[in-house]
Amino acid sequence: MKFVQNIFDQTRPLVEKDGKRNILYPLHNALETMAFVPNHTAHAGAHIRDAIDLKRTMVTVIFAMVPALLFGMWNIGRLHYGAIGLEATLLDNFLFGALKLLPLITVTYAAGLGVEIFFSWKRNHPVNEGFLVSGLLIPLIMPVDIPLWMVAASTIFAVLIGKEVFGGTGMNLLNPALTARAFAFFAYPTWMSGDQVWINTSGGDIVDGYSGATAMGDLATTVGQGLGNPSMETVMAQFGPEGTYSLMNAFLGLIPGSIGETSALLILLGGLFLIFKGVGSWKIMLSFFLGGLVMAGIFNAFAVNEFMGLNPIHQLMLGGFIFGMVFMATDPVSAAQTETGKYIYGFFAGFFGIMIRVFNPAYPEGIMLAILFMNVMAPLIDHYVIEANIKRREKRLSNPKTT
Amino acid sequence: MSTEVKQKESLFSKKNQRLLSDPFNDNNPITVQVLGICSALAITVKLEPAIVMSLSVMFVLAAGNVIISLIRNLIPNRIRIIVQLVVVASLVILVDQFLKAYAYDVSKQLSVFVGLIITNCIIMGRFEAFALGNGPWKAFMDGIGNSIGYGVILIAVAFFRELLGSGALLGFQVIPDSWYITNGGFYANNGFFLFPPMALIVVGLIIWAQRAKNTKLIEEK
Repeated sequence: MKFVQNIFDQTRPLVEKDGKRNILYPLHNALETMAFVPNHTAHAGAHIRDAIDLKRTMVTVIFAMVPALLFGMWNIGRLHYGAIGLEATLLDNFLFGALKLLPLITVTYAAGLGVEIFFSWKRNHPVNEGFLVSGLLIPLIMPVDIPLWMVAASTIFAVLIGKEVFGGTGMNLLNPALTARAFAFFAYPTWMSGDQVWINTSGGDIVDGYSGATAMGDLATTVGQGLGNPSMETVMAQFGPEGTYSLMNAFLGLIPGSIGETSALLILLGGLFLIFKGVGSWKIMLSFFLGGLVMAGIFNAFAVNEFMGLNPIHQLMLGGFIFGMVFMATDPVSAAQTETGKYIYGFFAGFFGIMIRVFNPAYPEGIMLAILFMNVMAPLIDHYVIEANIKRREKRLSNPKTT
Repeated sequence: MSTEVKQKESLFSKKNQRLLSDPFNDNNPITVQVLGICSALAITVKLEPAIVMSLSVMFVLAAGNVIISLIRNLIPNRIRIIVQLVVVASLVILVDQFLKAYAYDVSKQLSVFVGLIITNCIIMGRFEAFALGNGPWKAFMDGIGNSIGYGVILIAVAFFRELLGSGALLGFQVIPDSWYITNGGFYANNGFFLFPPMALIVVGLIIWAQRAKNTKLIEEK
């Protein structure tokens, strides 16, 4: 440890204000505080309300993502070897996935932190930990075969437009990770949807009966075909108890999709961890789930096609719904801040998410758009919640007897 | 009796030059006054329509400014908006017919947006704010200046949108075909640039860059 400390001490004069490499100061500072306890002391009286700080919050979220991340790695390998018809052990699957996922993570962090460090240098403040979580979230919501430079472009766009424009970490209106995905989705649709991108099939012959589509893609084909249409039987059979997208498979995550979004079970496990640590808001998660459930229930009751007719719980287990609920909607910066507002925000994010997904098959990931939409609406919700509170208290003040 | 003699101003005096240069940066109609945004979003997918649009607006604004300025003392104040609209509408019809005759393809691309020059806030704004109170020469300079300020932003936005969205400039392929993934390369066009929201973001980035350079534009708190 002494050795690492020495490196930091020796390079410090180089990067300090008058040093030759002062552009690197934020990077130096960030790495140093990551490795050691910072030796800053408060000059005035300290106001400690909670022992938790930004860094600890971020690391907690990263821990919560680990199960989904590891599962994602394994699932990449499993789908790959399945598609080219090779037998593979658990370790093979895992290693293949790790080799696919690590470059994605590296590129995301390099691109995002590059922008962050540039702005820290320009604005003269230390690098925030804000990107730690976004940098891991972005690879988890990308298809496995997306070219790396597209990930880099999306990340740079997200950090620049989603965050730095508004003043950096804590000031952003939109969730940066979802901004990256939305950018990639609109900019490079061929690599973000369809049936070519979700499973890596390089280095082998594709087996018979292979389908590269996701559950969302298959469901989208049923729109406009009516309910109980016999030509849709083969598609819908996949959603039956024996099919590829059965409720059990969707819950466990044995389906194609974005890298980290498939396993509802492990994401919920991460969600429980977040709630237990007090980092993620259970109010948002609960109301998000209920919002989705209500919309899916309404669709189910008035179904005019097989997509609408899907069992509500099954509907929620597919696509990015659970991932969005646990990791995206709960972003403490872009979500509603008031306690009542959180219920409203979460409910409508889930509600609109299912609505967009079912009504517009061109946007299978309606959850993403719904959460971004509610991110924009969150300040408005907060405003009216606060107004209502003020009104209520004014009323109590004017006639004290009624309380 | 006043003995003041009005000083005759030269055609390109400092003051008149400012009429041309101000709208270019300090008082740009799009990035500072945030007028004429609709057309900046709608017709900037390709460079060619953006250039044609800028020229059309230049003609309408300069000619309209001169006409309004010439008749400014004859217009009854209460119906001045109607008179202004008649002037713009006649000029826009001229432009529309001209484009249909000599540049039919572009006129097709611009479709309804030529007609919508009538509602471009920049034009009515300059009539109201400038032409009604100044002589024809000044009004002409102001019209040219503002339409250049408008055109420059339009063309800059269209440049980025066509380059990144279609890989071309003025219809000529700029990015080599062999770069594209379909031809074994690595590149792909950014489809987002073909959507109007991206034009808004590009305009926003231009405003950001302009304010970073020109700090007097930043409002005091």
